[in-house]
Amino acid sequence: MSHPKAASQFLKDQANSLWHDETLWMVREKRDAISKTIPEWEELRNLASQIKDKVLSNLDVYLENFEANAQKNGIKVHWAKDAEEHNQIVLGILQEKNCQAIVKSKSILTEECHLNPYLEKNGVEVVDTDLGERIVQFLQQPPSHIVMPAIHLKKRDISALFHEKLQTEKGNEDPSYLTNAARLHLREKFLGSKVAITGVNFGVAETGEFVVCTNEGNADMGVHLADVHIACMGIEKIIPRRKDLGVFLRLLARSATGQPITNYNSHFRSPAKGKEIHLVLVDNGRSLQLAREKFRNSLKCIRCGACMNTCPIYRRSGGYSYGSTVPGPIGSILSPGLDMKKYSTLPFASTLCGSCSDVCPVKINIHEQLYEWRQEITKHHGEFGKGLSMKLASGIFKSPLAYKISGSTMRKAIKLLPKGLIYNPLNVWGKNRDLPEAPKESFQEWYKKNRG
Amino acid sequence: MKKSQPEIGLFIPCYVDQFFPQVAIATLELLEKLGCKVSYPLGQTCCGQPLANSGYERDTEGSSRHFLELFKQFDYIVAPSGSCVLHVKEHFPKLSDMEHEQSRVNDRIYELTEFLTDVLKVDSLKGSFPKKVGFHSSCHGLRGLRLASSSEMNVTPFNKAKQLLQNLEGLEWVELSRVDECCGFGGTFSVTEEALSVQMGRDRLQDHQSHQVEIVTGGDMSCLMHLQGIADREGSSLKFMHVAEILNQAIS
Ligand code: SF4
Repeated sequence: MSHPKAASQFLKDQANSLWHDETLWMVREKRDAISKTIPEWEELRNLASQIKDKVLSNLDVYLENFEANAQKNGIKVHWAKDAEEHNQIVLGILQEKNCQAIVKSKSILTEECHLNPYLEKNGVEVVDTDLGERIVQFLQQPPSHIVMPAIHLKKRDISALFHEKLQTEKGNEDPSYLTNAARLHLREKFLGSKVAITGVNFGVAETGEFVVCTNEGNADMGVHLADVHIACMGIEKIIPRRKDLGVFLRLLARSATGQPITNYNSHFRSPAKGKEIHLVLVDNGRSLQLAREKFRNSLKCIRCGACMNTCPIYRRSGGYSYGSTVPGPIGSILSPGLDMKKYSTLPFASTLCGSCSDVCPVKINIHEQLYEWRQEITKHHGEFGKGLSMKLASGIFKSPLAYKISGSTMRKAIKLLPKGLIYNPLNVWGKNRDLPEAPKESFQEWYKKNRG
Repeated sequence: MKKSQPEIGLFIPCYVDQFFPQVAIATLELLEKLGCKVSYPLGQTCCGQPLANSGYERDTEGSSRHFLELFKQFDYIVAPSGSCVLHVKEHFPKLSDMEHEQSRVNDRIYELTEFLTDVLKVDSLKGSFPKKVGFHSSCHGLRGLRLASSSEMNVTPFNKAKQLLQNLEGLEWVELSRVDECCGFGGTFSVTEEALSVQMGRDRLQDHQSHQVEIVTGGDMSCLMHLQGIADREGSSLKFMHVAEILNQAIS
């Protein structure tokens, strides 16, 4: 479904869309408040952006260093060129270990690769252990937000869902009660799982270790109880040195939720005795994006979700309106790189207000890239037949005379015609908005008379 | 050495010329009152922004070339629109045979309020405007031209329009709940994403109304046209004036 269609459907439930907007705006306000307690905030953003610049310009070298150091630490490193290869590698490890049930902590990458349905098809039970992700998994929905996967649901929806799935008391909406029920349910899954899958927030080239950030500690719980840890990591998640984490960890949680730090920032360096760590490094279109000069720095993203919380479109249209794994502003510049046709309406789902670029902790020029994607998309897909009418308009812009005629014709038409008729040709504008009253003369006419 | 008075070229966006001549007149009169030598080069057309933002920047060579020809000889170019100024500066296609004109124009083009504060160095204006005024920050002016600090950033707060308006006698500057959220106009977005566009506009209006604003002002008529369109349709009593109109009226 195109974004405009999905958005107008979401907006039909006015109370719900207002609630969604306000809920996410609250997160943005928390982020504002805490970022303003850090005097060097803008300096941190600059540093983070520059570190990522350096990484992206030398990605091959850093990746090889990272691989070599990880291997020295006893980590088994795999390379996947695309989603399919990634899924095959993961399944291969599971089959080798004879494993039919796994726990998984939050990982946008495995969503991007559609790992869950793939594993399920191959007879593996997958349990997402992040509370929000478990909730959307119960509903067989994808996450609607990259940090708060179930942000589109209200307490009462979750209460009803848990009543059905976990036999909680009907109508009990108490968050601690519901969370506790989820804990008991997940504990069973944790204890029964020999393999745990996690994402990766940062891979440190210098040491070969990787860092996973969660608020619920579910990644650690899964990994410590399992014999095998499979970590899935996009190749852009590299940082050069461990000390660079000081920059990124300070930015990440503050930007994401307004917390000073994520609750669990766990470093994984080498497997415990008798255990294994597998690291799957995934490309899946990233090298291509790296080669696109105008869009390469979209790969700096640390998945904090701040651009979603601040986006006036996202807040009012919901994560699902984008129809892509990563929704919101960053999704709208990443997704067209994966499939330009399928995601052709996304770069237009923006007013180019630029709030995303100002909020982004790694200073991705998101709104400028949205503009650039528009230029690309119209070359290839003639965007919603806008082509022709715009061509006409371009003829008008070029010639002052034609512009004048069409302008004054329009003004006269507006003056003479009854309301019903005017709003016919311009009916989209006029559905919910009046047009300005037509003045008796243009400025140009006034100027000639009064200053000429 | 005696410097001759700089020549200012008045750049009036097409929709202002056609639908809001009073804003163009106010801009001209205001600059004249402040002692500037202003002329309006005839034959101006649309700057090409709607086309470029719709993904057809490549079709705007003709209009860009025409613009540069019209304005290249001026010492300054001033427009009552942050959005169109930003377009000229950032989204004119590169014209290899007009590089010089392009960089000259880019160095000399200003949105009205920044011209007043940064070039004319107006600290505050004397005049009276006894109304409760809510300011709508146009995103292109705000985050594109940095006419004010954006609420996302941790920088010393400033706002060029506020600097000019706040000392007018009787003017009450209203602080909004969301100081710089987008109004949802967004050019063709206003029709391609009609539902969202209107909802965003309603939400902005609600913020002004709940703070008892009497007059909504701003530096871009495109945002104000959209907001006024919704307000009028809904029978709201809010009035809309461009910053130039308030300033010109207040100091006369
Ligand atoms: S683009 Fe920036 S703001 Fe958006 S999720 Fe990525 S890092 Fe966060």
